[in-house]
Amino acid sequence: MKKFRDLSKYARTNLKTYGLVIIAFAILFPLQSAGMLSNSLNGQLIPICVYIVLAISLNLTVGISGELSLGHAGFMSVGAFSGVIAAASLQDSVGSEPLRLVFVIIIGGIFAGIAGLLIGIPVLRLRGDYLAIVTLAFGEIIKNIINCLYVGIDGSGLHFSVTDTASLGMSGGRIILNGPQGAVGITKIASFTAGFVLILFTLFVVINLIYSRSGRAITAIRDNRIAAESVGISITKYKLTAFITSAALAGMAGALYAMNFSTIAAKKFDFNTSILILVFVVLGGMGNIMGSIIATTVLYILPEMLREIGDYRMLIYAIVLILVMLLTNSSRAKQMAVSLETKIKNIFRKLKNILRKNKNGSGEVTDNG
Amino acid sequence: MTLISNLINGISLGSVYAIIALGYTMVYGIAKMLNFAHGDVIMVGAYISYLSTTALNVPPLLSVLIAMVVCTVLGVVIEGLAYRPLRKASSLAVLITAIGVSYFLQNAALLIWGSAPKSFSSIVPFDSISLFGGDLIITSEAIVTVITCIVIMILLNLFTKKGKMGKAMRAVSEDKDAAQLMGINTNFTISMTFAIGSALAAVAGVLLCSAYPTLTPTTGSMPGIKAFTAAVFGGIGSIPGAMLGGILLGVIEIFATSYISSQLSDAILFAILIIVLLVKPTGLLGKAVKEKV
Repeated sequence: MKKFRDLSKYARTNLKTYGLVIIAFAILFPLQSAGMLSNSLNGQLIPICVYIVLAISLNLTVGISGELSLGHAGFMSVGAFSGVIAAASLQDSVGSEPLRLVFVIIIGGIFAGIAGLLIGIPVLRLRGDYLAIVTLAFGEIIKNIINCLYVGIDGSGLHFSVTDTASLGMSGGRIILNGPQGAVGITKIASFTAGFVLILFTLFVVINLIYSRSGRAITAIRDNRIAAESVGISITKYKLTAFITSAALAGMAGALYAMNFSTIAAKKFDFNTSILILVFVVLGGMGNIMGSIIATTVLYILPEMLREIGDYRMLIYAIVLILVMLLTNSSRAKQMAVSLETKIKNIFRKLKNILRKNKNGSGEVTDNG
Repeated sequence: MTLISNLINGISLGSVYAIIALGYTMVYGIAKMLNFAHGDVIMVGAYISYLSTTALNVPPLLSVLIAMVVCTVLGVVIEGLAYRPLRKASSLAVLITAIGVSYFLQNAALLIWGSAPKSFSSIVPFDSISLFGGDLIITSEAIVTVITCIVIMILLNLFTKKGKMGKAMRAVSEDKDAAQLMGINTNFTISMTFAIGSALAAVAGVLLCSAYPTLTPTTGSMPGIKAFTAAVFGGIGSIPGAMLGGILLGVIEIFATSYISSQLSDAILFAILIIVLLVKPTGLLGKAVKEKV
């Protein structure tokens, strides 16, 4: 077996990322089963998994493909609500809960992927801020449409309507989607293990995509579109690949997210949610998968940790966000960081020298003795 | 008659969007950044005006001036503290910082003024006009909003075309480094742009809350997003474009609300935006930039 050090730099980073996730799960899962986690943390485990998947998938669009998307919550929403409808339809035919969850997540992913394809084909012709605004618009459109969608299920199958529940024309059965109220009466089947498996699946898909031929094409397009085009890389094809993969993964995360609540409304997946995911990605580092995972976990738990200071917590969150951006991006802060680093290094060097002298000194003593 | 009254309402709402969009478009044109905190400056402006009329008994017009002054200072301070250190950073870093500032303003407003909605009393002193024996009522707010919008538009156009500062702004937005070499103080010019944009936001906030009189810490965010799309719609960076985009957006919104569905009006609005951008990717009045290889 190859030693860890002999592996390439990329392989090492990727193994570290997988390792981090697996270790975190290995620590948290027994604690959760034993009921040793606090209530707030216990309730957050699945949402954290969902947001980690969302952040990784958005990182594929924003970091790897270089397209600013402000509508990631829209794909999450598509996945969540198609997942809810699928779960209700499969409730009787698929008895086993984990199996049903797998179906629900896959269906959520497929529908979000289709939405990604439909949005992606026209939208990826646009560039920069225009692409951002169209994805934003898409997110708002999805939210609005789901807000006036009524879906019910009875013996004869699914019923759809855009006006009200009465026009569904149902004979018995039950309502799945109730307009602005959103999805009601969801059977909670999400589990922490499912979240963990979904993160591993996402990592597998994204990392394999990044380090494949397609992935290199995608980063080439990001770095220089014209140069990439001139060596024969099909811009549309590779951008769409990244965009659809990202959308489908977001849909899967959305489906898992919906299965964690008994009711869920479309307004949960608004512009602010998209921005939240984008903040995770940018703070974690663009194109850095492990960074996304860490940033998501820290930033998701931070407001909960700040709960003690009550009303001020979101204010503190905002200040932390601004300060982190200023410290990591401003040129003056970078200079300060560099000079600080050299100072600390100098101190360590001096310490080392002193230690070495002492060691040599003591060595001499023993030699003499 | 409903058609005409809808049209007037649309133009009036659109004028508010246009004034907000002017702030977005000027800042984008000069600093190449999406200032997401702009919508929250509107909210601050409305609160200041509300407080100065209710708590200090200031006459309405003076309250608008106070709001403008406060917002101008706020805009310049935000620019200096949060955006200036990031002048050379990636545009995404600046975007996230702007989002941070937006969160900050919303939550600061929540702490200072509470979450209970304030009912804003209109600052317009005269009554609505009733025409055709009461068939067509034009609200006084609509008249004032449209007139204000036109005046701002003319002044701003004169300012950027003729004034020394305006010329400096155009120069900086064209090429920042070259402008600096010509002796233009770019940092000061950018600060001035933020000052003007924020003063306009205060006016927009007061007008918006005169027409739709509920004021909460999140009042500014949705009009902010819509005005931003208006700016993109008209071609971001172009002042007449922001005007046209804003008014079109307002008219579309009111028409979609009254003729199709009030719930779907935003979806229709954004769908039209997407279609326009697909046909004309730089917006209605935006200049297509040729790509050099």
